[in-house]
Amino acid sequence: MNRGLAPHPAVRWVIGIVVVGLFAIPIVSMAEYTLRDVDGYSLAHWASLFDPANAAKYRPIWIGLGNSVVLAIVTVAIVLFLLAPTMVLVTLRFPALQRPFEFLVLLPITIPAIVLVVGLAPIYLVIGRTFGTGIWTLAFAYGITVLPFAYRSIQASMEATDVRTLAEAARSLGAGWPTVLLRVLAPNLRPGLIAASLISLAVVLGEYTIASLLNRQNLQTALVVVGKQDPYASVILSLLALVFAFVLLLVIGRAARRPMKKVRP
Amino acid sequence: MTVAAPAAPVAVAEPVSPAPPRRPVRPGTSPVLGLVPFAAYVLLFLALPTVLAVASGFFDGDGAFTLANVAALGDPVIVATFANSAWLSVLTAVVGALIGALACYALVGLEHGRARSLVDAASGVLAQFGGVMLAFAFIATIGIQGLVTVWLRDTFGIDIFAEGAWIYGLPGLVLPYIYFQVPLMIITFMPAMSALKPQWAEANLTLGGTRTGFWLHVGVPVLAPSFFASLLLLFANAFSSYATAAALASQGSQIVPLQIRTALTSETMLGRENLAGALALGMILVMTVTMWAYSLVQRRAARWQR
Repeated sequence: MNRGLAPHPAVRWVIGIVVVGLFAIPIVSMAEYTLRDVDGYSLAHWASLFDPANAAKYRPIWIGLGNSVVLAIVTVAIVLFLLAPTMVLVTLRFPALQRPFEFLVLLPITIPAIVLVVGLAPIYLVIGRTFGTGIWTLAFAYGITVLPFAYRSIQASMEATDVRTLAEAARSLGAGWPTVLLRVLAPNLRPGLIAASLISLAVVLGEYTIASLLNRQNLQTALVVVGKQDPYASVILSLLALVFAFVLLLVIGRAARRPMKKVRP
Repeated sequence: MTVAAPAAPVAVAEPVSPAPPRRPVRPGTSPVLGLVPFAAYVLLFLALPTVLAVASGFFDGDGAFTLANVAALGDPVIVATFANSAWLSVLTAVVGALIGALACYALVGLEHGRARSLVDAASGVLAQFGGVMLAFAFIATIGIQGLVTVWLRDTFGIDIFAEGAWIYGLPGLVLPYIYFQVPLMIITFMPAMSALKPQWAEANLTLGGTRTGFWLHVGVPVLAPSFFASLLLLFANAFSSYATAAALASQGSQIVPLQIRTALTSETMLGRENLAGALALGMILVMTVTMWAYSLVQRRAARWQR
């Protein structure tokens, strides 16, 4: 089919092997680094990470990981219960607002997190006074940074579903809006909602800029702090986090492909 | 979509529907109220911080209006940081775009394969979520005790740090930046590459053209706008990137985001307060110009992507 357009198999393989090879070097280096011992290789660094004797040294990492999980949950809640219903509302009732709305939610791509943080600092001063300095409040900022990613995932599902007809049908059968949203639209938009949640999870687990400059502890700030004394622990956890994010995105890719088949019987 | 046109249900239902009491409730207050929570959220956590960030550049520590911070953008130190950021971004964007485009070319025709989904996932991780973790990857690779450093030293006797530990300075950022630029190029440029119509290539072959001729006269001219759009996106990406640099360069502030960190953490830098705001303003200006150019080029690129 792609005769003439696709590269010669040999060319494809050469480019593929060179690029994949170059990109594998740092990942392989990480793995090799974590296995080093005084002379030769061992699993000593991996074992010491979970050794109770070192609990105090690695405590920041476990606290940071716990904080990141809390942040991920609240951020996903913002995506599912604030962004998704608003997207449905805009599609059903305010089609004219569709373009401005899209512009708005894609805006965070163009505003660097480092700029946002300059303005967030005074806002979080106020939030700290009213809601306390609980880690979860940071999720409000993360909700903004995941907006473009979450929007695209949900939008892809909404375009594959006839949201308007489904909603009209459910309404004319006497369903209230909560029923329409939760029992009619949500199941149909499930692939998009799952993808949006997973990608938000990945973004939150990888976030460093905002947390570090607002003096909050999350997984990434903990990696940097612990890495100053014990780079092995940080390299191990970085490797694990990268692999975890890779698997998450693979799952998203699968989820995004599946509905396409269902829609076209 | 074409069968169930959006207006159809309403138009059909109007004359037949025997339920008139629902009508008056529909327009009016309730749907607009539904937009309020999200609007309030975006206003508080996107619009307000952006405005505050820029506005704080125009005020001093006591809240009085001043142009001193903005004037500080002309300070030789600040100008040098912007120049550093610019050349780092240009260099890594160009190298990343070229390697990424080559990788996209190698992926043509594999749209639905397993290889493609692996590449998509890997690109997503490295381009968007690496940050701090990429810094550690490069410490393990070309750090003082990194795998490549040690290998070069023991095998060839080459000491890559003979002139100092450059990995913790500005040159050390080049390789990690390219490492996240290439995947972003694959993500943004692949759709354009996939939109090239096989029919064009077939037409070219049928008319006696060669593969090289096709790329020279059709492929490259059609893809050029998309390529430059992606290049601008890569530039913006490198310019605004903070985490990798912050984790690698613990001292000094050679690029603008690190300069903002210094200004935020020690507000007395250069004797001026709220310098972070002025730096943020400078960054927003650069980003706005870049994204404006991006939308211009992208509009031209979109012509072929239908």
